Amino acid sequence: MALLQLSEPGQSPDPHARRVAVGIDLGTTHSLVAALRHGHAESLPDAEGRVLLPSIVRYRDDGGVDLGHTAQAAQGEDPEHTIASVKRLMGRKLADLPDAGKLPYRLVDGAGMVHIGTPQGAKSPVEVSAQILAELRRRAEDSFDTDLFGAVITVPAYFDDAQRQATKDAAELAGLKVLRLINEPTAAAVAYGLDNGSEGLYLIYDLGGGTFDVSLLRLSRGVFEVVATGGDSALGGDDFDRALAAWVLAHAGLAVETARDKQAVLSAARHAKEALTDADQVGLSAGLSIGALKVPVDRSAFDAATRPLIDRTIAVMRKVLRDARVDKGDVQGVVLVGGATRMPSVRAAVQAHFGRPPLTNLDPDQVVALGAAIQANALAGNSREGELLLLDVIPLSLGLETMGGLVERIIERNTTIPVAKAQEFTTFKDGQTAMAIHVVQGERELVSDCRSLARFELRGIPPMAAGAARIRVTFQVDADGLLSVSAREVTSGVEATVVVKPSYGLSDDDVARMLREGFRTAEDDMRARALREAQVDAERLALATRSALAADGDLLNPDERSAIDRHLAALDAARRGADDSAIRSALDALADSTEAFAAARMNRSIRSALTGRRVEEV
Amino acid sequence: MKIDDDDFTLFALPRRFAIDGNALAQRWRELQAEVHPDRFAAEGAAAQRVAMQWAVRVNEAYQRLKDPLARATYLCALAGHRLDPHDNHAMPPAFLVRQMEWHDALAEAESTDDVNALDGEVDAQLKQLRRDVQADLDERHDALAALPKLRQWMFLARLREEIERRLEALES
Repeated sequence: MALLQLSEPGQSPDPHARRVAVGIDLGTTHSLVAALRHGHAESLPDAEGRVLLPSIVRYRDDGGVDLGHTAQAAQGEDPEHTIASVKRLMGRKLADLPDAGKLPYRLVDGAGMVHIGTPQGAKSPVEVSAQILAELRRRAEDSFDTDLFGAVITVPAYFDDAQRQATKDAAELAGLKVLRLINEPTAAAVAYGLDNGSEGLYLIYDLGGGTFDVSLLRLSRGVFEVVATGGDSALGGDDFDRALAAWVLAHAGLAVETARDKQAVLSAARHAKEALTDADQVGLSAGLSIGALKVPVDRSAFDAATRPLIDRTIAVMRKVLRDARVDKGDVQGVVLVGGATRMPSVRAAVQAHFGRPPLTNLDPDQVVALGAAIQANALAGNSREGELLLLDVIPLSLGLETMGGLVERIIERNTTIPVAKAQEFTTFKDGQTAMAIHVVQGERELVSDCRSLARFELRGIPPMAAGAARIRVTFQVDADGLLSVSAREVTSGVEATVVVKPSYGLSDDDVARMLREGFRTAEDDMRARALREAQVDAERLALATRSALAADGDLLNPDERSAIDRHLAALDAARRGADDSAIRSALDALADSTEAFAAARMNRSIRSALTGRRVEEV
Repeated sequence: MKIDDDDFTLFALPRRFAIDGNALAQRWRELQAEVHPDRFAAEGAAAQRVAMQWAVRVNEAYQRLKDPLARATYLCALAGHRLDPHDNHAMPPAFLVRQMEWHDALAEAESTDDVNALDGEVDAQLKQLRRDVQADLDERHDALAALPKLRQWMFLARLREEIERRLEALES
């Protein structure tokens, strides 16, 4: 739309202000960062040329922290304090983790979610993830020799609100500005779609280290529309290691007790699984405290031991197709994502189900980060207009508890975001002045079978007869898939509004403390950075506003125009100074004064889009 | 084009029950391509807020127009006849008896074949209701006549959900 265009296509408004934005795949077993370079998405390597960073953090006795490959090397000697697969713990309480006893860590319920005991105190999964993210941020900053504008972080499509919030908190703790959380299968589709110029229905089968996701997408001229999604947030490649380890131990007639032995068997199983991708038979061996373990494993034994896991993935695929009311014959292609899809048995099962070979031409370990990088670049305002638009959905229904412990669903799963929906409830007792509101997520009828997201009370309802009050509860899910809920009593004109964000995340105090403790550098640096960011934002907004005025200034009357001009001048003055908070308030003032103008421009642009269409049709 | 226009005006579609699903989906993608907040990533907070309101509004209209029951209910409301979901008085006894029979059949069904057979019956009934509602709304322009059929439709839609849950349970 020419009316919305801020500059010539392909040109950044200011060549010095190109924003470096990255895509980060924060994976269960490994993580990586990618960015656009010379128009192509590339994974960024570390100093040794390695792209994948094992998602492993070790908290040492001496107060130091090891990350990635270094931590992985220590897994055998210090399994209890070397934390792997922390993604499985994000936003989870002990009660959510049936297999907690099989993990080599000391887990305790802490603020909001489970914590892991280390020599440096109990660490939340958010802090552990932040260590990994901070390492990737440093890698990207070194690669570009500049501060990052922001990042798109990927999450499994099936992550619930608590898991998403925890991921966002971890990124902020690592000093990253989160431009967007996007779903991993969607990111993979972006990477494939832009490379292959595909159109039609595509199914993404994403089997990562610890999560399984299926998304069905419709691709149509740069628009990626998620039609339905499903998955299992506790099924991944790690489970294949465990299944094989259990089979081997049963076969050898052994039982292991210590954390170190458990870890040794699991590592041996992982190596055997990976070797079986190319070999038909391998020897699995591990040195245990109870003696040496040595068992030959052939592929058919491995396939038999892990078949139930593959069957679970097939059942999820069926359900997604049924949700979308799509026949498997309508699917144009199946994309495999995640290192675990290298297993020949997975490829064979997918091929058997769809009767055609899956698409595997992009590296399944990197494809998610590459797609996230493409979206990050677009959200930073660098990409040409009209290139790409993601329309994602919420994976799980959202609702409220009603009388009798039943769930009233407010927003159904697979609804496109952003979305807002309101529903009215009433009081059930005469003179009732408060109402408890319990927000839940899930598909089941009973509250006890769903995940509890938040509870709050609406107080100050004027006393009325039962059923006379009208309490309007509004759910809003933003483009990150994060929920906020508000409630208001409407009949009396008395207003009481509460907005909750689920409290699984960290409090501001927690964040401040953790920032002091580590991830960010000295305070002076932070201030300088805040000022630079504010100046760049101010420059951008001033430029955007001036081009909007040039294009659509006729929509304003002289009073409105002079108010905007006044705020623009104030912003110009502020951004030449060194006070970032003065710049921020000038930014807010200009934004507020242009809100009605923005709305009027939107109306005009939609009308002109419609007119353009009519002309085309004639 | 304004944010408080009705759904049909917003989507530039004729105000009728029969709808071209492809045109609807295409129009939705075009509208989102205009209004989605990601399109205004570089334009500051005011533009983001306006875009968010629009994107929510466009999605709301799309959800309503896409779903035949929601679309029919909305057309009745536009014609001045609101459907009260809790008002069951106009339900014909024969329909209620049949409902109970179906619920019993679902409770007793033991195989996916049983459930699928029941699903076929319910589906046929739903299709008939849909044809009747379409005739009321598009040919006779009589929204009031459509209302009791919409109540039956709601009953059957709920039964359909139970059937689907049952199928899932039987398969897993």
